[in-house]
Amino acid sequence: MHEMSLAEGILQIVEDAAAKQGFKRVTEVRLEIGVLSGVEIEALSFCLEVVLKGSVADGARVDLQHIPGRGYCLGCGETVPVKALYDACPHCGSYQVQATGGTEMRVKDLLVE
Amino acid sequence: MCTVCGCGQGETQIEGHDHDHPHDHSHPHTHEHVHADGTVHSHPHPHSHSHSGHDHNHDGLHEYGVAHAHVHDHLHDADAMHDHALSYHPYSGDLHYGLAPARTHAPGLSQERMVKIEQDILGKNNTYAAGNRKWFAEHGMFALNLVSSPGSGKTTLLVKTIEMLKDQARVAVVEGDQQTSNDADRIRATGAPAIQVNTGKGCHLDAHMVGQALKRLDPADDSLLMIENVGNLVCPAAFDLGEAHKVVILSVTEGEDKPLKYPDMFHAADLMLLNKVDLLPYLSFDVSKCIEYARRVNPKLQVMQVSATRGDGMDEWLAWLRAGLEQARVAREQNLDLLKRRIAELEARLAAKV
Repeated sequence: MHEMSLAEGILQIVEDAAAKQGFKRVTEVRLEIGVLSGVEIEALSFCLEVVLKGSVADGARVDLQHIPGRGYCLGCGETVPVKALYDACPHCGSYQVQATGGTEMRVKDLLVE
Repeated sequence: MCTVCGCGQGETQIEGHDHDHPHDHSHPHTHEHVHADGTVHSHPHPHSHSHSGHDHNHDGLHEYGVAHAHVHDHLHDADAMHDHALSYHPYSGDLHYGLAPARTHAPGLSQERMVKIEQDILGKNNTYAAGNRKWFAEHGMFALNLVSSPGSGKTTLLVKTIEMLKDQARVAVVEGDQQTSNDADRIRATGAPAIQVNTGKGCHLDAHMVGQALKRLDPADDSLLMIENVGNLVCPAAFDLGEAHKVVILSVTEGEDKPLKYPDMFHAADLMLLNKVDLLPYLSFDVSKCIEYARRVNPKLQVMQVSATRGDGMDEWLAWLRAGLEQARVAREQNLDLLKRRIAELEARLAAKV
């Protein structure tokens, strides 16, 4: 359920930018969400729809881009793709994989009028 | 930022804090997607659907990394024109918005412009967390964020820990729960200062709430701060409170595969306390399997097996706490020495000028 907090955080970032840059309407919000960030995309989309209503970004399209998960395998000494935190290394099968990418959640940019 | 969930604005309550925020959020609620034809639906992926004048199709063939989730607001007028950069699927003829190089609309067709943001969604929370962390460092405090599902025995473990540490360290507690001050009352019964934060509808504590609680709690220098988060194995994983470590508590009356079911929390934690091990003879819980699962998620995870009621493993846990406390105290003193040296240097420079 913390997706609602994240949606509120996104709205705040958008409103701060609007206050600073003086735009009146946001038509698109582009987000980068890592696949290992623990964010349920469907829930976040739903929450955003609710939270953005009546704001400067009312009706804005939300573009969610997945950032792929990456991990460092201690056994192989290599960076490998990771789809879930409990994934084994695709090369050696070991679970000694530290997540190094795909945990981010960012507002990338806005399309404004 | 209102950092509680849902429409819980103004429902967060910190004990001893009168509630009169001029806080005026209004949330129009639309809880379902209702299409023109009256169907109500939520969106599983992959999916395929069509509206009049607006088609799209997710065929589920995207690889991770190029996956592209689209959220349309589904309130389009049937004739509404879009200025998306519109692509057609080469085979199916389906329309796809946002496949143009900029992954967005063609510029120049309207007065739209792109504003670079590049900000972490949790940035605000992280700023508050950094503030808390600095405060802990200045006061030599060892702060822990205790996370678990409800009923893992967090509060019992805390009470026991406080009693056992009584003569060796000062302990203060921030208690997070949706409602009631029952847990803070239990802690206060031990004589330790505690403050309850009721999150209302919120599912986690955030760094701002903890900062507010700290002001009221005013814990002693070089003390141990235990932040007992809301019982929830999901959301608290995402929110840094400024703690030195997240400590996840899992009890053996839960499933041994919980680390796999709720990987985010076990990934975020540095230490796992496997609690209620006194009950193992009555259960089919496989300890080694549980630890193996937890380390799949987090190879660095330290594990201790404890029983707060019978006392197993408590010595190891207390030793770990004392080591953390000592480290925090030494760091504060070093910082203090550094400041004193800096003052002496500046005074010397000032004296030389006079």
